Amino acid sequence: MSEVDFECAECTNPVEPFLRSERMPHIWCPGCGIGTTVNCFTRALIDSKANLEKLVVVSGIGCTGRVAGYLKLDSFHTTHGRAIPFATGLKLANPKLTVVVYAGDGDLSAIGGNHLIHAARRNIDLKVICVNNLIYGMTGGQTAPTTPEHATTSTNPYGTFEPGFNLPHLVDAAGAVYVARWTTFHVRQVARSMQEAFKKKGFSFIEIISPCPTLYQRRNKMGDGLDAMKYYKQASKVKNGAPTGEVGLTKTGEIAVGKFVDRDRPDYRELMVHRFHESLGDEYVETGELVCS
Amino acid sequence: MAKGTVKIVVERCKACGFCVEFCPTKVLALSPAFNSKGYHPPHMVNPEKCSGCDLCGMYCPDFAIFGYKVGEKPAQKEAVHES
Ligand code: SF4
Ligand code: SF4
Ligand code: SF4
Repeated sequence: MSEVDFECAECTNPVEPFLRSERMPHIWCPGCGIGTTVNCFTRALIDSKANLEKLVVVSGIGCTGRVAGYLKLDSFHTTHGRAIPFATGLKLANPKLTVVVYAGDGDLSAIGGNHLIHAARRNIDLKVICVNNLIYGMTGGQTAPTTPEHATTSTNPYGTFEPGFNLPHLVDAAGAVYVARWTTFHVRQVARSMQEAFKKKGFSFIEIISPCPTLYQRRNKMGDGLDAMKYYKQASKVKNGAPTGEVGLTKTGEIAVGKFVDRDRPDYRELMVHRFHESLGDEYVETGELVCS
Repeated sequence: MAKGTVKIVVERCKACGFCVEFCPTKVLALSPAFNSKGYHPPHMVNPEKCSGCDLCGMYCPDFAIFGYKVGEKPAQKEAVHES
């Protein structure tokens, strides 16, 4: 069997061509799950044969916000909470683009919370990947809108007492057409959901529960990243199609995962074009793409 | 003979242990050796059991390891150019 090439000099990590290698190693802590979601994302891009010339990744601020800076794709790192408005503008001006919003729970559901709700309501054609580590990571472990009750944070040293957001329920109620939740343990499922979202027209939302060993796990005596991954493995229950009102998270309880919502309704641009044609007739000229000259 | 194998970029590893824990056939273990940052990178302790499934590569948050089937190149990013 001497002809078998074990070394395979030309075999490279599938994620490598997507990375700005000069920026590696990245700043994420040991056992942080964000890098794992990036693997899933790049595998999904490869498997769906996505046209990378027509794909943009938009991030907000925070640990997950770094993704836009590390990916060798057209990407933009916006101000805090403003990933969705920026992405909305991109998508409306250049409808042919596939626009991915890659951001954390704090950026998306707190600082950018209103944008999240209204983008879902308007059904803007965005693929939102929400890495949810249940806390504000980069800014020092403060309580986020997603922090489960009783979890200890730097701003709630006696335990969080306010109820957290159930994000799938929130975006479902606001009108998202695709809603799924997985954890960083579910790498193949995450990649599959991303592929499904790429194909979907309208507001798609994938929540990925991810370890923050440095601030969430440590302060809550929940071990390190690997312990979080083992907990996800043991506590996750696949509940495809579950009513999203029932998939809220608790500190140590079951994690409902799966595809909760997959439906179709006209997206914002479709409705807009339809209305303008109706009202203006031939006077209305559809713009396909805005080009800077 | 092993169906697959892995490549490891020792210097990128932060020793989280994800690849070791979630390899379905328990091919890997953290080695006693250190990289220059003081982490223990993985090495193959059961190389003959590697299927090249690349689950280690999917899990590794530091892009430090990936698996591939021997005699098969892993699927890669294709350069897409508009005509
Ligand atoms: S602070 Fe938490 S979320 Fe941020 S890089 Fe570290 S582990 Fe990851
Ligand atoms: S490629 Fe698969 S079998 Fe081989 S070490 Fe990685 S996870 Fe284990
Ligand atoms: S998953 Fe990556 S960073 Fe973690 S121990 Fe394995 S090679 Fe090192």
